[in-house]
Amino acid sequence: MVQTEYYVALSAILFALGGIGVLTRRSAIMLFLSIELMLNAANLAIIAYARQWSAVGAQHALDGQAAAFIVLAIAAAEVAVGLGILVAIFRNRVSTDVDELSEVRL
Amino acid sequence: MNDLVQLASLAPLLALAGAIINGLFGRSLRGNAPGVIASLAVAAGFVLSLIAFLGVRAGGAVRVRFGDFLVAGDLNIGLGFHFDQLSVLMMLIITGVGLLIHIYSIGYMQGDDGFSRYFAQLNLFVAAMLVLVMADSFPLMFVGWEGVGVCSFLLIGFWYKDLKNASAGRKAFIVNRVGDFGFLLAMFLTFKAFGTLDIQAVNAAAPSFAYGAAILTGIGLLYLLAAAGKSAQLPLHTWLPDAMAGPTPVSALIHAATMVTAGVYLIARTGGIFANAPSAAATVVWVAVLTALMAAIVAIGQTDIKKILAWSTISQVGFMVAAVGAGAYWAGIFHVLTHAFFKALLFLGAGSVIHALGGEQDVRKMGGLGRKMRVTGTTSLIATLAIAGVPFLSGYFSKDAILGALLTSSPLGNYGGQILFALLMVTAGITAFYMFRWYYLVFAGEPRSSAEYERAHESPAVMTVPLGILAVGSVLIGYVGLPAFLAPNAIQEWLAPVMAHVDFDHLNTSAEWMLLLGSVLVAAVGLGLGYWVYVIGSGELAKRIGNTPLANASRGAFGIDRLYRGLFTEPGEGLAEGVASLDRDVVDRGLTGVSGAVPLLGRLLVLLQSGYVRAYAFAMVLGVLALAVVAALIGVLA
Repeated sequence: MVQTEYYVALSAILFALGGIGVLTRRSAIMLFLSIELMLNAANLAIIAYARQWSAVGAQHALDGQAAAFIVLAIAAAEVAVGLGILVAIFRNRVSTDVDELSEVRL
Repeated sequence: MNDLVQLASLAPLLALAGAIINGLFGRSLRGNAPGVIASLAVAAGFVLSLIAFLGVRAGGAVRVRFGDFLVAGDLNIGLGFHFDQLSVLMMLIITGVGLLIHIYSIGYMQGDDGFSRYFAQLNLFVAAMLVLVMADSFPLMFVGWEGVGVCSFLLIGFWYKDLKNASAGRKAFIVNRVGDFGFLLAMFLTFKAFGTLDIQAVNAAAPSFAYGAAILTGIGLLYLLAAAGKSAQLPLHTWLPDAMAGPTPVSALIHAATMVTAGVYLIARTGGIFANAPSAAATVVWVAVLTALMAAIVAIGQTDIKKILAWSTISQVGFMVAAVGAGAYWAGIFHVLTHAFFKALLFLGAGSVIHALGGEQDVRKMGGLGRKMRVTGTTSLIATLAIAGVPFLSGYFSKDAILGALLTSSPLGNYGGQILFALLMVTAGITAFYMFRWYYLVFAGEPRSSAEYERAHESPAVMTVPLGILAVGSVLIGYVGLPAFLAPNAIQEWLAPVMAHVDFDHLNTSAEWMLLLGSVLVAAVGLGLGYWVYVIGSGELAKRIGNTPLANASRGAFGIDRLYRGLFTEPGEGLAEGVASLDRDVVDRGLTGVSGAVPLLGRLLVLLQSGYVRAYAFAMVLGVLALAVVAALIGVLA
């Protein structure tokens, strides 16, 4: 069995990649993708730990898997709303560059 | 008859009802209705006073007690009225002269915006003044005392839209507060000494103290302070000349006939104390005589038709206070009575002139008006002669009684009675002089301003009829107090049962005649000097006299007002300015600073809001990293 440390290390790498993507990309689409990456990195860590717990026969071993499903559901909802907003913005200004969306500042 | 006298308790209530009706509904009453209602209320009061007068004459003093007024520990003050010879006489003066002035006011105040407000306040004044004289205890008297003060304030500042009038009212009120302070302290001391504030009980108990006891002297001096405030005596006289800012009938009623005599009434009412405190009584006379002399000199230098009369009132009230101080209580009240007639008449005459000239009050622009205003001129002449002390008119008898009292008062003999007599005699001469000047400049001689002369016209009957009635009174009322050695002195006998007893030296008949002739002579000298200066000298002489230091002091009222300005008003204003600047420069500026700093801080924080999503995300990452480091450190340390 692959050791849990590897899963967690992969999860951390994916999370950092997602974070760098959020900080560096200007396209809203790419931002969404990076956020999805971060969310799923977190899911990976949760499930890895859940698997470890179930291997030792812990009582609430499946809680982590349930949490992962909730994260998936929330991510789906967020993307649905976020893409909706994105389409509206794109219709208005034919661009999805988030740096241009700064009119509200004083 | 007793019950009928008690009925007179309604008199102040009727006046109060008139005040309430006019005050609340006056604006919806049409035409002269407010004036008629107010006059009817006072007329009913006059009838009730007359009934009380007859009742007291038939059956002696009557006391009515309605219940408790103030009860606390040993202090038990009843709410009640005391009808005796003194109070019913005062009631007759207040309602009688008051009624004539109410009627006159209907003409004088015609068309004024505040017509109903004026009558509401005038009625309220009558109610308060009646309570003052009818009260059987000092605290109830104080209620009336303060009530007339408030009405005086309201009516002086009646045309309050002019700041000058409003501040004159304020000045009267503030100066009177000093006197009221004396009244309060006197009451405290009275209660401490006597254990009661019932006027009759205090008067009855006063002789049980040692003659001239310090406590009686103290109480007497404090009541003198109270009287000086209300009756405009030194050093609290400065408000009365300014009080002329009010409508002229108000000056006649409040500042000549009734309210300013409240001090005289107070001292007469507390005669039991003053008769047993000779040094306090002598102080009263000294203050009064000096006031009379000072005010008479100042009256010469004035040019405002009403201010001359105001200073004359201060001087004449000085005569009255001198009389009650000397122990001749009847003479003081007698002069209150005669003065109420001739001084009210003088003021109403002046009001008639002001009315005719459309508000002009400077005597230098008048002259010759007697030819155009026959009734006003003639009645004013009668009043002038009466106040000047011309024989067989009312003022002659009352003034002579006062002079005689000063000369013969036994207790006063040790305190310079002769000097006081001489000073007051001189004052009587000056009175004749300045009243001649007043009459001559207004009514006689040649018109000095043809425009004003052309404008002049006689006032309507509603104003001239009261003038006529007052003129008849000014001639005849003196005969109630003929010199006792010649004829029965009705007013002295009338008041004798309720007045404290003071010993008087007996003058023989020839001395009495000398006194009578002396006051005739003084009046003649005063009038003659006036004739010499103003008619023969035709103004040239007056101009030459006008540059002497005494004349300048007279015009400036001896600088007392200016002194008070420097001593009290300006430091007070300085203090107020200081407090205001503390509020403005420290408190307000501090608050403004705080409220100014908040938006500044906000503007600083705005810089953090760049509007770039990635900047926010970066901040968030930094925050999470910081949290992670903290969590890790806690884990390591734990």
